[in-house]
Amino acid sequence: MTASRDWTIPGLTIGLVVMLVAGVVLPDWLLNILNISFSRALAVLGLMVLWRTGLISFGHAFYYGLGAYTVAILGKELGVSEILVTVPAAMLVASTVGFFLGFIIRRYRDIFFAMLSLAFSMVLYGILVKTEALGSTDGFSVPTPSFLGFGAEEAADNKIVLYFVLCGIGYGAALLVHRYLQSTLGNLSTAIRDNEIRVEYLGYSVAHAIHVKYVMSAALAGLGGAILAISLSQVDPDSMVNWTISGELVFVTILSGPGSVAAPFIGSVVFELIRTYAFEWLPHAWQLIVGATLLAIIFFLPGGVWSLLARIFGRKEGER
Amino acid sequence: MDLLITILLDGLEFSSYLFIVAVGLTLIFGVMKILNVAHGSFYAWGAYAAAYLIGVVSNHGFTDLATMAMIPVAAIGVGVVLGAIIERTLLRHMYHLDEVIIVLATFATFLILEDTILLVFGVDPYFAYQPMAALGNVEIGGIGRLVYGLSMILLALAVAVSLWFALNRTRWGRLLKAVIHDREMASYLGINVSRVYIVTFVIGAMLGALGGAYVAPTVSVAPGFGVEVIVLSFAVVVIGGMGSIPGALIGAMVVGMARAIAVHQFPELELFVVYAVMAVVLVFRPEGLFAPAKARKI
Repeated sequence: MTASRDWTIPGLTIGLVVMLVAGVVLPDWLLNILNISFSRALAVLGLMVLWRTGLISFGHAFYYGLGAYTVAILGKELGVSEILVTVPAAMLVASTVGFFLGFIIRRYRDIFFAMLSLAFSMVLYGILVKTEALGSTDGFSVPTPSFLGFGAEEAADNKIVLYFVLCGIGYGAALLVHRYLQSTLGNLSTAIRDNEIRVEYLGYSVAHAIHVKYVMSAALAGLGGAILAISLSQVDPDSMVNWTISGELVFVTILSGPGSVAAPFIGSVVFELIRTYAFEWLPHAWQLIVGATLLAIIFFLPGGVWSLLARIFGRKEGER
Repeated sequence: MDLLITILLDGLEFSSYLFIVAVGLTLIFGVMKILNVAHGSFYAWGAYAAAYLIGVVSNHGFTDLATMAMIPVAAIGVGVVLGAIIERTLLRHMYHLDEVIIVLATFATFLILEDTILLVFGVDPYFAYQPMAALGNVEIGGIGRLVYGLSMILLALAVAVSLWFALNRTRWGRLLKAVIHDREMASYLGINVSRVYIVTFVIGAMLGALGGAYVAPTVSVAPGFGVEVIVLSFAVVVIGGMGSIPGALIGAMVVGMARAIAVHQFPELELFVVYAVMAVVLVFRPEGLFAPAKARKI
């Protein structure tokens, strides 16, 4: 790894340019898929940061949902639809909650970490399902977003504006996370997974490092949820906060692999394509196909889709 | 007073079925260290199989009471077939993997089994009211109750007593305890750990299926049946202490009663209460209310 140059940043930049150019010609349905994939990829990016430490959260739909509902509530109650306001607000809410819960959750590992995050997310789910003001299980719709004050009339135009904004956000998030993983604190991830005591003896606080990661993953999941809410123009508990969604996020994390910050984006697109096609061809068996894919990944491709690409391209490509 | 009795009985009935499902989950976790998400599918499969068989048997002219025999048939059938298949083909090859990765694999199994239900039984809901109708009503303190619902409490007690007996008074129970205590040492002593695993998994699966099969007559069995119950039984198991059978009993009582009170007094808090209790227990006693504290391995 030390011998070869780090291609992540040029790779990401090439990826961004390709995606931006492609955005002009891509058909509408594909843009839709990409929008949804990239919003999920942001949450998965956060989970990947946690996973590098060996932690898997079975409740990150909590922050996903917090982000989504923040955007939706801002639009519904205050009439704010400006992406530059709603999306940072969603991130702020998610990271603040993550910061406070982080004090509790950073003490837990393994299955307890997974279960406690599950419990938190189900508490939110329980509240949302029973809150009639927020549409209970039906949820409610999110107003059409505007960007820098420009609101498009046509739904299709909106989609493409959102796509460009999303590409930018994804690029920025991936770069920042990459920078973080290269830093000392980021490099501690693997060390913590391997031996916590040794890390403590080196003079670093494991609890602090995990807390930072947790808040980061919360902010990213909030960001992803916010954008998902905007691209679906609808929020509801079952497709955003329920435990099956948390499971889905973890699934995409494993599918992508921890190899690179670009992996979640690729993995998420792969997942969405599998799901879309499976749903089209076998509407009653799409979960079966998704589940079988997950098993196949666990057994045959533990490094995820990224490891496959790395093998093919000799770990040079940083395609986004 | 009426309300109190209603809450108490509702709570007991709900706790009973939760206990039956969750004790299967906790048994599997205690012995194999697998938190089995697919347990929700065993539950759903049990419910579907029971509802389907009850319908078939009833159409062949059996009395409503006789259809009840289909409940254990469904539970045992689902437990043996699904449990054995999943343990042999899947879990067997994963014991060396990380705990959370195995959880994810069982999540994949859950997704697969969810759709297998749709493929086998279709998307239309099933109704199997016959056993419930056969047992009729009874009056307790001036309140009419379904005997079938009350019989669930007896079933849960029977399950609890037989599990206690099997674990503490039989050879199989001693083998199991040895395996729980130290898997490697147990295998050095000549215990067939692999067989203990599959037997445990099948029994756990049967209990999950039994919960579903017994609930089936009281509800409409529809797709997505196992989604909610799996997190509820996670809550039960976590509250009582993962892997502890008395813990599952306590956890089921706590969750069942909390939910019954919430349903009657504060309906908007129904689900919130259950998971809030789970979170609080995890925060203050991560090992659960009932499990003995263990040193954390780092």
